[in-house]
Amino acid sequence: MTRLSGDAIRRLQGVVELPDLSGTRYEPIEFVARGGMGVVFRVRDRDLDRDVALKVLSTVQMNEDARARMLTEARVLARLEHPGIVPVHDVGALPDGRVFYTMKFVRGSRLDEYAAARRDLNDLLRVFLRICEAVAFAHAERVVHRDLKPGNIMVGAFGEVLVMDWGVAKILGAGGEAALAPPVRPVDPPDGTPETTATGSILGTPGYMAPEQARGEPALVDARSDVFALGVLLRLLAESAAGAERGVPRRLRAIHARAGAAEPAGRYASVGALADEVIRYLTGRSVNAYREPWFERTARLAGRHRTAIALVLMYLLMRILVFLADRL
Amino acid sequence: MNKPVLGLVVGGVLGVFDGLSALVSAPETQPQIVGIVIGSTFKGIIAGLLIGWFASRVRSMAKGVVFGLIVGLVLAFLVAMMPGENGEHYWMQIMLPGSVVGLIVGYATQRYGAAASARSRA
Repeated sequence: MTRLSGDAIRRLQGVVELPDLSGTRYEPIEFVARGGMGVVFRVRDRDLDRDVALKVLSTVQMNEDARARMLTEARVLARLEHPGIVPVHDVGALPDGRVFYTMKFVRGSRLDEYAAARRDLNDLLRVFLRICEAVAFAHAERVVHRDLKPGNIMVGAFGEVLVMDWGVAKILGAGGEAALAPPVRPVDPPDGTPETTATGSILGTPGYMAPEQARGEPALVDARSDVFALGVLLRLLAESAAGAERGVPRRLRAIHARAGAAEPAGRYASVGALADEVIRYLTGRSVNAYREPWFERTARLAGRHRTAIALVLMYLLMRILVFLADRL
Repeated sequence: MNKPVLGLVVGGVLGVFDGLSALVSAPETQPQIVGIVIGSTFKGIIAGLLIGWFASRVRSMAKGVVFGLIVGLVLAFLVAMMPGENGEHYWMQIMLPGSVVGLIVGYATQRYGAAASARSRA
């Protein structure tokens, strides 16, 4: 008897759950993915003659709480109008009562696939900065993603970045907070894969969740929880580019170590502060996370000003040649 | 520091060193060294100002370096045209360092220094 792989089983589940879209302007094409709060399908928008992604609650999640969360997710996404955040097009209900919303169908590679294909560290760091821009924008709108991971970040053919799946996001209110989903409780992922966003009582992804999130302390979850996940992503990108033999540069290692500190107070206070550090690294300046010894500082400055140093050396050489020419 | 001021400073400093180097390259000029250093510094300042002004308007490393080279060369040529006490000319000793100084100032003003901010017209 042939055993089906986990991926094949998930796809079969997707086909079984293919929604009844009668009465809507959409027709189903294929199952795409299962997210934290629902299932995503590729559908055809007949009116506008284009493919879009349709996210709908899975059949096992049909309750009022889930409906309300789905609507809130769509509204939060609609509020986050940013080039780096997947845009929502429409929201509605299926004949069976399930709430759905449609969004841009994103073509591109997952962040980890993109990183594996491109080994240039600076290129990957520029992509990372675009992720930071999108997340910082969401934070400015008082929305914390809470599930940043390679599978939720798509990179297009031209390096454009889209942060997706805001299903477990948390809205920080002025007088309190609201979450799109119930509090996090530390539970092992159901199928043992390290990148599964759990549903129901399990939210977030082990390995990317900040410790306070994994401990189930929602009151402590804030923008710094996303900083933690970004630190993990930064490490992944840096290690992917550096390769096992060369290792990640110390200054960059210090940046992702600070971003991924166990205690929120030990991390960068904001995504902007983290992005600034990465920019400082990219432009050859010193970073706050790492106190470099004098010889490393000298080498960095020499590397940063190598053309100026070369010009001065050229001048001195020219002077010596003129001097020698006069003596001959 | 804006680019013209940066050019002035770098050109002036290199001009001082350029003038003092005459003590090594042409020791017989020692009696006139003060005049040489003043002239060389003045030349460096003029070149630096011109190159810095150019850098604040044209953002191109290649064009900036070539412009610096030409300005340094032209100014050095004007200086080298003036004969010494015995009527001799120091073409290579003046024009070669002068052009290299212009090249360095061209690079420095393109790479460093703040561009002039846009001003609104009243």
